[in-house]
Amino acid sequence: MDLKLKIWRQTGPDVEGKFVHYPVHNISKDASFLEMMDILNEELVANGEEPVAFDHDCREGICGMCSLFINGHAHGPDDSITTCQLHMRKFKDGETIVIEPWRARPFPIIKDLMVDRSAFDLIIQAGGYVSINTGGVPDANAIPIKKENADLAMDAAACIGCGACVAACKNASAMLFVSAKVSQFALLPQGKIEAKQRVENMVAKMDDLGFGNCTNTYACEAECPKDISVANIARMNREFLAAKVS
Amino acid sequence: MNLSYSSITKKIWMSLMGLFLMIFLVVHLGINLLLLFDPTRELFNEVAHFMGTNPIIQIFQWVLFAGFAIHIALGVILQIQNWIARPKRYKVKAISEDSFFSKFMIHTGIIILIFLVIHFANFFIKVKVFHGVDDFILAGVNTGMEDMGLLVVKLFELPEYVIGYIIVLLLLGFHLDHAFQSAFQSLGLNHPKYTPCIKGFGHVYAIVISLGYILIPLVIYFTK
Ligand code: HEM
Ligand code: SF4
Ligand code: FES
Repeated sequence: MDLKLKIWRQTGPDVEGKFVHYPVHNISKDASFLEMMDILNEELVANGEEPVAFDHDCREGICGMCSLFINGHAHGPDDSITTCQLHMRKFKDGETIVIEPWRARPFPIIKDLMVDRSAFDLIIQAGGYVSINTGGVPDANAIPIKKENADLAMDAAACIGCGACVAACKNASAMLFVSAKVSQFALLPQGKIEAKQRVENMVAKMDDLGFGNCTNTYACEAECPKDISVANIARMNREFLAAKVS
Repeated sequence: MNLSYSSITKKIWMSLMGLFLMIFLVVHLGINLLLLFDPTRELFNEVAHFMGTNPIIQIFQWVLFAGFAIHIALGVILQIQNWIARPKRYKVKAISEDSFFSKFMIHTGIIILIFLVIHFANFFIKVKVFHGVDDFILAGVNTGMEDMGLLVVKLFELPEYVIGYIIVLLLLGFHLDHAFQSAFQSLGLNHPKYTPCIKGFGHVYAIVISLGYILIPLVIYFTK
């Protein structure tokens, strides 16, 4: 297939960027989106031009490194997958594809399509862990956990920290990410001990870093590659309210 | 005012005040509808008189004003923070939003606010500040109450007022359509079974309130 790419190019963090048009030819329908980007970059390098910088690592949908805002969708037009799992068959021959970086004040652009997502690490550092001393390996099933809670905690823990929720949200809010991280602990007995400080500190950090506020628009849930539910946001609101009034 | 309240604290107040205003809208609609069921306006004027003089209602009136003030102030602050959070917009706008009207809460909200100011000048200030409303004459006898009903009827005989009112109330309906379920979510009330019911009820509420209010000027205008 032949495609017209419009890609955001920006040489460094504090410089003006712009869209640059790149036609690409003879792309296989079975190529992945990032393979298509690799092909473009090979051509650019062969022509002595600077290749397009974009984040990626595992290329199998588990690490959360890849990003890209493609034609108005975080992680592209397909549902429930990351950009590295997106394939060119989702596009039409001759289509124009606009590729932008995640846009949010707390995610500054490093170069081209790469953004700095350390803000998420800072939120995790603020409370996204369990610090109690657990001693040796306990017996399996020594602490009984309801099946439903175990399942919900697992679902929340599926979050890979990619930032698509922030990218897709009209307010650049990080509520889905933070609520997934709060929920995966809040649902389990091991996480209950520090539940109060955890939710307060993580929310305070999130606000500090300049993420927007949630307007319950639910674009995050629609774009999340791991289908994290907004029920987690409600759980975090509950946890937060409980922490404040207790 | 402490502007450093956390995002969630602001949202919780926003939703509590919003829910309170939603109850107020039901009461207000109930009273307005009396105009349709009693052409002599006696019922409406009696209730309006009661609402205007009862001491408990007078206290509640200030609670209501505070509710509006908090809701509006927080709504504006949250919105400004949200704009700041994305300094550079996307070229291709995000098209995945699930709750369509949530994108226009500030716009519908500000139009409602402008309407509220006009509404306030037309009724509240006219009665309470200027005492500029005629007495209600029932069967030739002066009841000593203001004829609030006539004030309403006179306004709704003006086509430009009727059209403006209908537009604003449709926009209020859009505001409420997103707002109802949003308030529950903000308070952390999300449940696999009940949330779909809350969403459904919210749509019904928004339609009933919006069309309920709109019915009144239509009936008055076309039967004058
Ligand atoms: C009778 C009138 C009104 C009612 C019943 C009402 C009700 C509500 C409710 C229940 C919410 C949802 C709160 C939440 O998401 O937790 C909401 C949101 C909102 N309202 Fe109102 N509202 C009214 C008037 C106004 C006015 C006059 C403004 C003026 C600016 C306004 C601005 C907003 C904004 C900006 C939001 C979204 C806030 C956010 O999600 O961050 N509203 N409204
Ligand atoms: S909640 Fe979903 S979209 Fe947000 S960071 Fe986690 S996996 Fe990515
Ligand atoms: S590159 Fe690891 S999730 Fe896409």
